[in-house]
Amino acid sequence: MNQITNILKRNSLLMALIAVMIFFEIIIRLTGHGSLFSPANFTNIISQNSYVIILAVGMLFCIIACGNIDLAVGSTVALVGAIAGVLMVNLEFNIYASIAICLLVGIVIGAWQGFWIAYIRIPAFIVTLAGMMLFRGMALLVLDGLTISPFPPEYLRFFTSFIPRARADAFTLTVIVTAILAALYLFAAFYDRMSKQKKGYEVEDKTAFIFKLCAVLFALIASGLLLANNKGIPVILVLLTVIVLCYSFIANKTVAGRRLYALGGNEKAAKLSGVNTNRMLFLTYVNMGFLSAVAALVCVARFNSAAPTAGNGYELDAIGACFIGGASAYGGVGKVGGAVIGAVFMGVLNNGMSILGIDANWQRTVKGLVLLLAVVIDVLSKKRVQA
Amino acid sequence: MDKTSTILEMRNITKRFGKVTALSNVNLKVTQGEVHALVGENGAGKSTLMNVLSGIYPFGSYEGDVVVDGEICQFHDISESEKKGIVIIHQELALVPYLSIAENIFLGNERTASYSKRVMDWPRTFQRAKELLELVGLHEDPSTLIKDIGVGKQQLVEIAKAIAKNVRLLILDEPTASLNETDSQKLLDLIAKFRDEGMTSIIISHKLNEISYIANNITVIRDGTTIETLDNSNHDIQESRIVAGMVGRALTDRFPKRNTKPSDEVLFEVKNWTAYHPLDRTRKVCDNVNLKLKKGEVVGLSGLMGAGRTELAKSVFGHSYGVNISGQVLIHGQEVHLNTVQDAIDHHLAYVTEDRKGDGLLLATPIVDNTTLARLDKVSSHNVIDRDKEVVIANKYRQDLKTKCASVYQNVGNLSGGNQQKVLLAKWMFADPDILILDEPTRGIDVGAKYEIYCIINELVAQGKGVLMISSELPEILGMCDRIYVMNEARIVAEMPRSEASQESIMSVILQTSGKK
Repeated sequence: MNQITNILKRNSLLMALIAVMIFFEIIIRLTGHGSLFSPANFTNIISQNSYVIILAVGMLFCIIACGNIDLAVGSTVALVGAIAGVLMVNLEFNIYASIAICLLVGIVIGAWQGFWIAYIRIPAFIVTLAGMMLFRGMALLVLDGLTISPFPPEYLRFFTSFIPRARADAFTLTVIVTAILAALYLFAAFYDRMSKQKKGYEVEDKTAFIFKLCAVLFALIASGLLLANNKGIPVILVLLTVIVLCYSFIANKTVAGRRLYALGGNEKAAKLSGVNTNRMLFLTYVNMGFLSAVAALVCVARFNSAAPTAGNGYELDAIGACFIGGASAYGGVGKVGGAVIGAVFMGVLNNGMSILGIDANWQRTVKGLVLLLAVVIDVLSKKRVQA
Repeated sequence: MDKTSTILEMRNITKRFGKVTALSNVNLKVTQGEVHALVGENGAGKSTLMNVLSGIYPFGSYEGDVVVDGEICQFHDISESEKKGIVIIHQELALVPYLSIAENIFLGNERTASYSKRVMDWPRTFQRAKELLELVGLHEDPSTLIKDIGVGKQQLVEIAKAIAKNVRLLILDEPTASLNETDSQKLLDLIAKFRDEGMTSIIISHKLNEISYIANNITVIRDGTTIETLDNSNHDIQESRIVAGMVGRALTDRFPKRNTKPSDEVLFEVKNWTAYHPLDRTRKVCDNVNLKLKKGEVVGLSGLMGAGRTELAKSVFGHSYGVNISGQVLIHGQEVHLNTVQDAIDHHLAYVTEDRKGDGLLLATPIVDNTTLARLDKVSSHNVIDRDKEVVIANKYRQDLKTKCASVYQNVGNLSGGNQQKVLLAKWMFADPDILILDEPTRGIDVGAKYEIYCIINELVAQGKGVLMISSELPEILGMCDRIYVMNEARIVAEMPRSEASQESIMSVILQTSGKK
């Protein structure tokens, strides 16, 4: 039992997210607005928040690397979106080539910012503030202040469709995929535990292990069923899963990830340990540019348009997600999972309040308070643990 | 008030943090006009006791009485104890780097205009600051920024600040920890001067020679209780007597015996090494330095602070300091080019920094991650880290070096200084070095932990490694090294075997060669 409370304590943020979900679910049901967990709405939450999650992952790496943020991501989303619009809609360019060019533009933007930040050592806040204005201006120039739409359906297919294409197969296929994933997860978890035991390494407590296993399986199967009852698996969810898993792996398991944390934890110590800190910092911003471009492609597909105002305020959503997710403003601390939960947290708030028909102005106010509250609770609970 | 009256008495002080008892029934009695030393190992409770005295731990959070001038006091914060003339100067100086000396002296105690207590009286501030600086013997313009003066002078500014508050009882926590011998001596003489003028001080220090030099009485604290108060009115107490009280056993030999002899094989050699200051490119920080290190040898690099020892070490270690570096590095007789830290690590060179918190460790990160950071390639395959392997390694070093910690997942920042130093050593031992440059390896750690670090050094040379030890503590250099280089003003000015070296010979070389470039 003690083990389980420990797990719950360590995942206080996830518990808070679940609590907020249950809270909204009760109110939404009581007031007769349907349900937060209706299959359609569940799919909706995923696609609504896809861009924040992608940006938050990139932002998290910037925050870990130096405690600094990238204020330019919203503008980058607009600029890359604008270029995508011009290429695919106005010039009717090949879709794959256009996507490649857009991603390349993102990388170039990231390299531009990374160069000033990492090699010339201009404070990131200033470089990205300048980037925020610069790229927004360029987006306006490219679009000439107008909105471009609609995008070709072959392009939209990439980001907004579902697997399988045919509605009739949706349920069966989704259930099968879910079952396979659940089986894979079970296998991986047991395999890891067994191989650790074989090598004589420490393994976590049995109750805790089983509890964690059950919780993950429950979440996996429940979401699988919800999706199955709607239109199937959204393509965007596959993309998100791949991105989150990849970056989680980089952060937790690779040498590069460890060096990133070292850079943020103590740059001088990292340098004296053989880490090429300048290059690391540079690559962090290149990566941010790349993920901004991915987010831009997702965004134009979702809205089916490239608008000059696209991406307004996205940087703040991403930053908020990271800090709610437990990243430290001093650098060196933060988890990909945390940033994702932070993004979903804000997404659920938005979605729940929208369903309840709460006025947009009030939504903003509440979000501001919740952001502060989430971080305050996190800080206070950590203090108590230390004392 | 006559000179022998008691200014401060702390009676049966007990302080608990949750279930942990930090102090239990501690007694301390300080006589008017004396210098009273408080000694004990790290974590013995010295700082906690001083925090009780100064009101940082407010009245009610501890048991027992704080009696000043015969009356029981109930301090709720620092300002209340300061009103009684009790001022504490912490080890980490509390000065604002971008404010001037004068502004720092009167911070929180501002000289204000006659017509309003909210408006600064700048002329009076600077005039008064000038007088105070005179008093502490610091010849600097009061408008100089704190960041532009050295640590030794900053310490004097702290004392001036205390005097500005009409201090009667000055508490100095490790005042000479980051000072060189000359500055330390100056500071101690200043404290002695103030004592003769009637001021009372409590001094916390690990440097026992300084304590026997300055203190009238010495109170020893161990594991949160008072062990004894030693009389030192004649300044003739034996250091071993103090150590016996601190560690609870007679530590007759402060340096462990080494049973191995260095071989004749030269392991590491630096030839004609010159490097310039990164900001002032005309200033040499290393001037044509030549040195050799043999297999199984501990070589000391002695000198005053700022002599260029750390700069030499860092510039050799992958050019991590200095510009326009020239000269040769030979390892096993082969010339190598160490242009980056990675090159240096690849050639089995390790540099253990003097500033473990500043540029050695990731404080908010677990012991495991710190241990493997310099050689992640050893715990990973195809750039993927094997966490389990890392934990096993960290645990091994934890046992080998007797690091005291709850687990290897504990953040390094929560460890004591001595244990942090062990983690730092473990990190560089894991890097498989043949040559270790240890920069002030025992700074700010207690006698027991020092002894353990010396044992580790002996084990390293027994394995055939070479150790270059930079240290400002002469007894340590003399106690540990086979051979000693003396560095002064960016040059090596002397080389002597241990048999010929003494504190006097080293100091006199430094004094003779100073300012003669």
